[in-house]
Amino acid sequence: MAEDKSVAVEARGITKSFGQGVAALRALDNVSVLVRENEFFTLLGPSGCGKTTLLRLIAGFEFPTYGAILLHGQDIARLPPFRRPVNTVFQSYALFPHLTVAQNVAFGLQMLGRPRAETAARVTAMLRLVQMETLANRRTDQISGGQAQRVALARALAPAPKVLLLDEPLSALDYKLRKEMQIELKRMQNETGVTFIFVTHDQEEALTMSDRLAVMSAGRILQVGTPREIYEHPADRFVANFIGETNFLQGEIQASGEGSAEVRLDLGVTLKATLPRGGLPRGRTTVVVRPEHAVLGPAGADTGLSGILENIVYSGVDTQFHVRLASGGLFLVRAQNSHGAPAQLPGEPVVVTIQDGAAQVVGD
Amino acid sequence: MARRFDVRAQSGFATVALFTFFLLYLPVAVLVAYAFNASESMTAWGGVSLRWFAAAWQNDAVQGAAWRSFVIAASAATIATIAATMAAIATTRTPPYRGLSFKYAFINQPLMVPEIVTAVALLIVFSRIKVWTGYSGLGYLIAAHAAFCIPFAYLPIRARLESMDLTLESAAADLYATPWLAFRRVTLPLLQPGIVAGYMLAFVISLDDVVITEFVKSGGQDTLPTYMLGQIRRSVTPEINAIATAFLALSVVLVTVFFFINRRRTEPQPAYGDKA
Amino acid sequence: MEPSAIPALEAAVDAPRVAEHAARRDLTGRWLLSAPAMIIIFFAAIGPLFVMLAYSFMAKGDYGDVKLGEFSLDGWFSVFLQRDIFDDTVTLADAHLSIFWRSLKLSLVTTLVTLILGFPTAYFIATRPLRSRDVWLFLITIPFWTNLLIRTFAMQQVIRNEGILNSLLIATGIIDQPLQIMFTDTAILLGMVYVYLPLMVLPLYASMEKLDFRLVEAGYDLYAGRLGVLRRIIIPLVRPGIVAGSILVFIPSLGAYVIPRVLGGGKTMMLGNLIELQFGGGRNWPLGAAISITLMILVMVALLFYVRNASRLGAQHG
Repeated sequence: MAEDKSVAVEARGITKSFGQGVAALRALDNVSVLVRENEFFTLLGPSGCGKTTLLRLIAGFEFPTYGAILLHGQDIARLPPFRRPVNTVFQSYALFPHLTVAQNVAFGLQMLGRPRAETAARVTAMLRLVQMETLANRRTDQISGGQAQRVALARALAPAPKVLLLDEPLSALDYKLRKEMQIELKRMQNETGVTFIFVTHDQEEALTMSDRLAVMSAGRILQVGTPREIYEHPADRFVANFIGETNFLQGEIQASGEGSAEVRLDLGVTLKATLPRGGLPRGRTTVVVRPEHAVLGPAGADTGLSGILENIVYSGVDTQFHVRLASGGLFLVRAQNSHGAPAQLPGEPVVVTIQDGAAQVVGD
Repeated sequence: MARRFDVRAQSGFATVALFTFFLLYLPVAVLVAYAFNASESMTAWGGVSLRWFAAAWQNDAVQGAAWRSFVIAASAATIATIAATMAAIATTRTPPYRGLSFKYAFINQPLMVPEIVTAVALLIVFSRIKVWTGYSGLGYLIAAHAAFCIPFAYLPIRARLESMDLTLESAAADLYATPWLAFRRVTLPLLQPGIVAGYMLAFVISLDDVVITEFVKSGGQDTLPTYMLGQIRRSVTPEINAIATAFLALSVVLVTVFFFINRRRTEPQPAYGDKA
Repeated sequence: MEPSAIPALEAAVDAPRVAEHAARRDLTGRWLLSAPAMIIIFFAAIGPLFVMLAYSFMAKGDYGDVKLGEFSLDGWFSVFLQRDIFDDTVTLADAHLSIFWRSLKLSLVTTLVTLILGFPTAYFIATRPLRSRDVWLFLITIPFWTNLLIRTFAMQQVIRNEGILNSLLIATGIIDQPLQIMFTDTAILLGMVYVYLPLMVLPLYASMEKLDFRLVEAGYDLYAGRLGVLRRIIIPLVRPGIVAGSILVFIPSLGAYVIPRVLGGGKTMMLGNLIELQFGGGRNWPLGAAISITLMILVMVALLFYVRNASRLGAQHG
C-alpha cells in the first residue's frame, strides 16, 4: 500500500474498556485516527477524555479491547512495550533515581544491546541536543524540573524511536518554562524528524505546537485537523466551546449553497455562515462566532446585533467587551488594543457587527 | 512582659518525658557499670576492670553460644529475607485479588500469636520429628527463627515497594527492557535499601530471641540469650554483665546502621562510563 | 486524509483474551512467589498450632507427651476446674484462676502505666524541633531494639535486695531493711513497664507527629484552656496511636514469659510460666496445650477489639 509510506501510526476502530460487566468503563469508543510521518500530532481533550489511554495503547502499557494499532502498516497492538520501536516521555518524567543523567539516557541503548562506543557517542549527542552535557554525571534528584524534562526527552529519543509519545510532559513546569520548552520541543522535532504524538489538555499549547491535532471527548475523537481548521471551523459545539472563547447564536437556515449558508438569527439579523465539511444542515441550527471576529460600533447601524455594553475587561494586548443582547444573552467581543481608551462606555447601547464568513454553523 | 504563648506546650509533660528517659536508661547504665566492676561481688564496687570481659571471652560455653547465635541469625535472616522479598513482590502493586488478604494474614501470623504459644507448639511438633528422624541439629532452630523473622523482613521491603513509582518500570519496559531486565536493573536496585533494612531487622529479631529458642533447642544448643537466661537463674557474677554489655553494644551498632540506611537516599551507581 | 473505515484486523480481536491470559499468568506467578514464605510459616508456625489444638484433646502421657489418638477432655477440663482426688467433687482450680487473674491484671496495669508515662514522652518528642527530635527518637529506638532479656536482667539488678535501689534507700536512711521487691507482682509490673514502654511511645509518637497544630491553635482561639485543648482536641486526634500503643503493650504482656520467669520466680507465675510448667515439671501436655489456646483466644479478642476500633476510626476520618 503506497499511502502507508506516509502514515506513521494508525489506530483502527479502537475500543478500550476497563473492568467488566456493568461496571465496565469505556475509555475509548471505536476510535480511528491516522498520524503521518514526521508530524507533530496532538491529542487534545479534557481530563478523562481517553487521550492518555490512547497514548498508552500505542506505547503498549494497555491492550485494546477491540481494534488494531498499526505502526508503519504493522499491527503492534499485542506487542509488549519493550518490543515496540516507540518511546515515551512520561508526565512525571520517570527518571531512574538510582542512575545518573547519562546512565538514564544510555538505558534504552543498553537494553537494545548496542555496542558500548556507539552508546557513549549517542548519549553525548542526545545530551547535546537537549543542552545537558555539563550535567551528565548529576544524580536525577540534583537537577531542576526543566532539566529533568530535558533528560526525559533525551532518554526517549536516544534509541531513535520511530514515534515519540509525550504524555502531558509540560504540565509540571511553570508558565515561563513551559513556553520555552514548547519552542524547544518544536525545534527538536524538526531536528530529529521523529513523529511526535503529544497529549495535552491545554488548548493553547495544542494550537501553537501541532501540525495537526485531534480533539477528544468522552472516549471519542470529535475532529481532526490543522490548528487553523479546528479553531476557525469547529465541527461541533464541544470543539467550539473547548477551543478558545466562543459566542453561540441560535437561528434558522434560510438557504444553503456551496460551503456556506444564509442563517436568519433569532435576533432578527441574517448573516452568511460557513458550513461544516460534508454537511448540509437545514432548519434550526447553532452558529458560533469568535469574539475577535466581531466588531463593536455605536448604536444606530442597522446590520448588527444591538445590545447594551455591560462591562469592559482590559487585558494588556486586547480588551474584552461584554454586550448584553436584546435576547438576554451575553455576547463577547474582543478588540486589539491601540493607543487610547475605547470609544464606548459601560451602559451605552452598542451594535455588534459580525465579519462576513466569520460565523460557523456547528452540529450539536 | 508576658512570655510568648507556645501552643505546643503542655504543663508537666516535659518533666514526665525526661523522667521516662531517665527510667529507661538507668537500669542499663547500672548493668553496664557493673560489667566493669573489678570486684567479684555484685554489690560492692571494686574499681574499673576488664576482667569480666576477658573471662567471658575465654569461656567456651559463651564462645559456643555466641557462634551458634550468629549462625542461626545469619541463616534465618537470609532465608527470611529472600522469602519475604518474593512475598512482598507478590503482594504489592496489584489490584486486590482472591486470596490477597489471606496471604497478608498468613505472612503476619507469627506477630499475632504470643511467643510462648508458638514455642510450645513447636516443642510438641519438633520433639516428635526429632524422634522420628533422629536428626537434632540446628535446622529446627533455623526454621523456627526464619518463620518468625519473615514478617519483620517483609515490613520494610513491602513499604519500599509500595512507595516505589510504578511508572519507573513502565519506563524501563518502554526503553526495551524485558520484564527480567527491568526487575534486575530498575526494581531490584531501588528495592535494595528495603531489603537491607529487612535483613537487619530479621537478624536482630533472631539474635534477640529467647522464648522459642529455649523450647526448640536440643541439649547443648544454647544461644547467647538462652545461655544468659540459664545463668541469671543461678548465682550471678559480673561476667554475665560483661556478656550483656557486649550484646548491647552490638545492638546499638546495628540500630545506628539501620537508622543510617533508612535515612540515606538511594545513591546512584558510579557515573556512566566509569565502569571498566 | 481521514482514518480508513477498514474494520479491525482479525488478529487484534483476541486482544482481550491475550490480556486475560496475561492476568492469569500474573496471578499464578504471584502465588508461586509467595509460596516459600507461606510454606516456611506453615511448617514452623501455623501448622504446629493445629497440632497443638489436636494435642489438647488427647489423654496425657505418663512421662510428658500425649497418648496419640486417645481422645480426652481432661486437658480442657483442668484449665479452670479440678476434681478432688478422694471424693470426685468438682471445684474451680483456684491456682490456675489466680494466675489468669494476675496475668490480666498485670497486663492492664502495665498498659495503663506505660500510657501515663508514654503519652507525655511521645508528645514531648513530637514537639521538639526537627533536629533534636531525631535524637530523642533514637533514644527511644535503642531500648526498643535491645534484647528483652538484657533489659529484664538490668531491671533485676536495680530492684533486687542488694541492688542499687535498696542500697540507695538504706544509705539515705529511709529504710533499714531492704525492700523485698523481687519475686512479687510489683517486680513483674516494673519489669513489664520498663520493657514495653517503647512499644507504647513509638505508635503514639507516629500519630502525634502528624498532629496539625493549627487545630490546636484553633482550639485556643475558641477559648479552650491547656487542659481543654488536650482533652477535646489532642487526645481525640491521636486516639489511633493510643489504641495501637495499648494493644502493642497489652498483647505481649499477656503472653509474657521471660519477665515473670526472671523477676517473679517460681511463686509469682503468669500464664506463660504456667504453660511452661505443663511441658516441664508438671508434665501435662494436653493441659498446657489447652491453656496455650486459651491464651491465644484472649489475644485474638484483644486484636479483634483493635481491628474494629481501627476500622471505625478509619471510617471516621476517611
